[in-house]
Amino acid sequence: MEILVCVKRVPDTAENEIAVKADGTDIVRDDVVYSVNEWDNYAVEEAIQIRDNVGGTVTVVSVGDAESEEIIRREMAMGADTGVLLSDSAFEGSDGLGVATILKSFVDKGKYDLILTGALADDGAGQVGGMLAALLDLPYASVVNKIEVKGDKLLVGREIEGGNQEMNEISLPCVLSIQTGINEPRYVGIRGIRKVASLEIPCDGKDACGLDAGIIGAAGAKVKRLTYFVPELGEGAEMIEGSTEEQVEKVIEILKAKGGIK
Amino acid sequence: MAAQIFAYIAHKSGKLDDSALELTTAAKKIDADASITAVVFGDAATADAAAAKAANTYKAVWKVADSALAYPNAELIRPMLAKLLPEGAILLLPTDSFGMDLGPGLAVKRNAAYIADAIDFEGAKDGKLVAHRQEYAGQVYAKVEANLSGGAVITCRPGAFAADEAGGAGGAVEDKSADAGPVPAAKRKFIEVVEAEVGDVDITKSDVLVSIGRGIESQDNLEIAFDLAKAIGADVSCSRPIVDAKWLEKSRQVGTSGQTVKPKVYMALGISGAFQHLGGIKGNPFMLAINKNPKAPIFQVADVGVVGDILEIMPELTEKVTEMKG
Ligand SMILES: Cc1cc2nc3c(=O)[nH]c(=O)nc-3n(C[C@H](O)[C@H](O)[C@H](O)COP(=O)(O)OP(=O)(O)OC[C@H]3O[C@@H](n4cnc5c(N)ncnc54)[C@H](O)[C@@H]3O)c2cc1C
Ligand SMILES: Cc1cc2nc3c(=O)[nH]c(=O)nc-3n(C[C@H](O)[C@H](O)[C@H](O)COP(=O)(O)OP(=O)(O)OC[C@H]3O[C@@H](n4cnc5c(N)ncnc54)[C@H](O)[C@@H]3O)c2cc1C
Repeated sequence: MEILVCVKRVPDTAENEIAVKADGTDIVRDDVVYSVNEWDNYAVEEAIQIRDNVGGTVTVVSVGDAESEEIIRREMAMGADTGVLLSDSAFEGSDGLGVATILKSFVDKGKYDLILTGALADDGAGQVGGMLAALLDLPYASVVNKIEVKGDKLLVGREIEGGNQEMNEISLPCVLSIQTGINEPRYVGIRGIRKVASLEIPCDGKDACGLDAGIIGAAGAKVKRLTYFVPELGEGAEMIEGSTEEQVEKVIEILKAKGGIK
Repeated sequence: MAAQIFAYIAHKSGKLDDSALELTTAAKKIDADASITAVVFGDAATADAAAAKAANTYKAVWKVADSALAYPNAELIRPMLAKLLPEGAILLLPTDSFGMDLGPGLAVKRNAAYIADAIDFEGAKDGKLVAHRQEYAGQVYAKVEANLSGGAVITCRPGAFAADEAGGAGGAVEDKSADAGPVPAAKRKFIEVVEAEVGDVDITKSDVLVSIGRGIESQDNLEIAFDLAKAIGADVSCSRPIVDAKWLEKSRQVGTSGQTVKPKVYMALGISGAFQHLGGIKGNPFMLAINKNPKAPIFQVADVGVVGDILEIMPELTEKVTEMKG
């Protein structure tokens, strides 16, 4: 099975306090720790497991700046066979559709049976997988938490509300967006990273992708991000200040009053 | 010209989802003068039942019924909606497993703008619509502007728009099955829904929950949470990453894709406060949050907050409570 996994480099929200620049044009990016989008690690792990079961190759592709090479290498250290970066100043300011359009141009150059994305990334949109499927005219299933290969079809589980699982049969080729928890992504150690550190990652720009600048980047975007902001919030939580000991005392007092200690 | 807005009515066998009454509020925020039409898909019986209920809130209801639509398979409904909706229409969907499945592809097929998970609107003007969304796990907000020339597909966050409980709209139900049909042959077939497994504790019945998130850092630290829960007489629940890591069973996960809990007191410890997590907390419990990030979104919804390290504070709480109880 030829498998393509789309991966995105994102600020690690578990590690960073994200703040908005004073002029609202962007988030403060100095000192931000980046990593591969959490969901994409699960997608790459799933692809590797499928390949190891039925044969084939795993390719990872990312649309981003030169620094995205680092996450492509990381996913190759996990076990992906090839990695490609799609990068061009003309790609900047793309909306989700722009990114999907760029990815489609790459898919069209190869022959993939299965294309995986993450269910969600840092923008909280969960849009690229479904858009890519529609652009390619392929069947799609989102929030997938189980995949079983059955000949030219897949049995896929979608995670739906309440922790229930919706089972579907989907024909190949198809696009799936992968939910966290579908597997346990393998650990990549320093040694693994070292092995891929000097790997050349091929990089395609707008022309290599055969893309017209008008349909991608800021020019092609139907959705424009105007500003980031931090809203005036209501009162929010009453914050307990003081030393840890004082905080602990106060918390216990409050818990007792609210029936939190039995 | 006023916008033509359509609200996709999610329902389970005819019983309306909460979003059905929220999307009308969202539509009015986009354009107070808009014509708002509810669209209902289902098999004959469920579409009738849902359409009748929707007509209580929406003046116009479009119904599409077919036995193949008994279960809402987005791969079937997407092409039908693409055909049915008039040019330039704005379609609203809930941000849930169905809306995420249907929406992005529909926007592509209709050449429409896609806005994911809107939480507010500034109103449509001059063919443009400004929406508010959250990014970076809710840590910052963004204003995005959609070009409405090809219409839009928008998913709206559950709970972000007030439910319109007024009722009495006396809406007219129109059968649009012929316009949307026939049901296409789909390359994805729905088979069945497998119900979530029941675990050893039922957190939906707990009065007090010690709920831990990724801030617990390692499986070994779980003990600290169980010790605290034992000391105060609570049960341990968690956010999704803890279940993904297989540190706790799925039945302890609070959230839209986990359990819905209704405790009196909820302690959110090392949990950032994603809407999918908060969506599983009902009944307005007293919420105490401890998080090392003063900007964590959880502090917007908690009653009382402590900025600090849970690995330091939890053991101290346990010790003090144990001492106190003697
Ligand atoms: C400086 C800057 C300006 C921007 N301006 C705009 C703007 O004006 N309008 C606008 O709408 N957006 C804008 N964006 C957002 C940007 O275009 C997003 O990357 C895009 O919307 C897709 O990301 P997402 O988080 O929405 O992906 P999601 O759809 O949430 O991600 C789901 C999955 O899609 C795949 N995927 C997503 N992105 C990529 C990628 N880059 N490469 C490979 N796979 C990917 C991954 O598998 C991921 O798990 C801007 C971003 C930046 C950094
Ligand atoms: C379709 C879908 C369904 C989902 N369903 C659910 C669901 O049902 N339930 C759910 O929970 N999530 C769900 N999610 C995931 C959700 O979006 C978030 O990713 C998740 O809730 C984050 O969990 P968290 O708060 O534990 O982790 P994070 O967001 O990583 O937050 C960890 C927090 O801990 C803090 N912290 C770290 N270390 C410490 C420390 N030592 N002391 C104090 N604080 C610390 C950090 O500052 C941070 O705020 C779903 C996502 C999708 C796409």
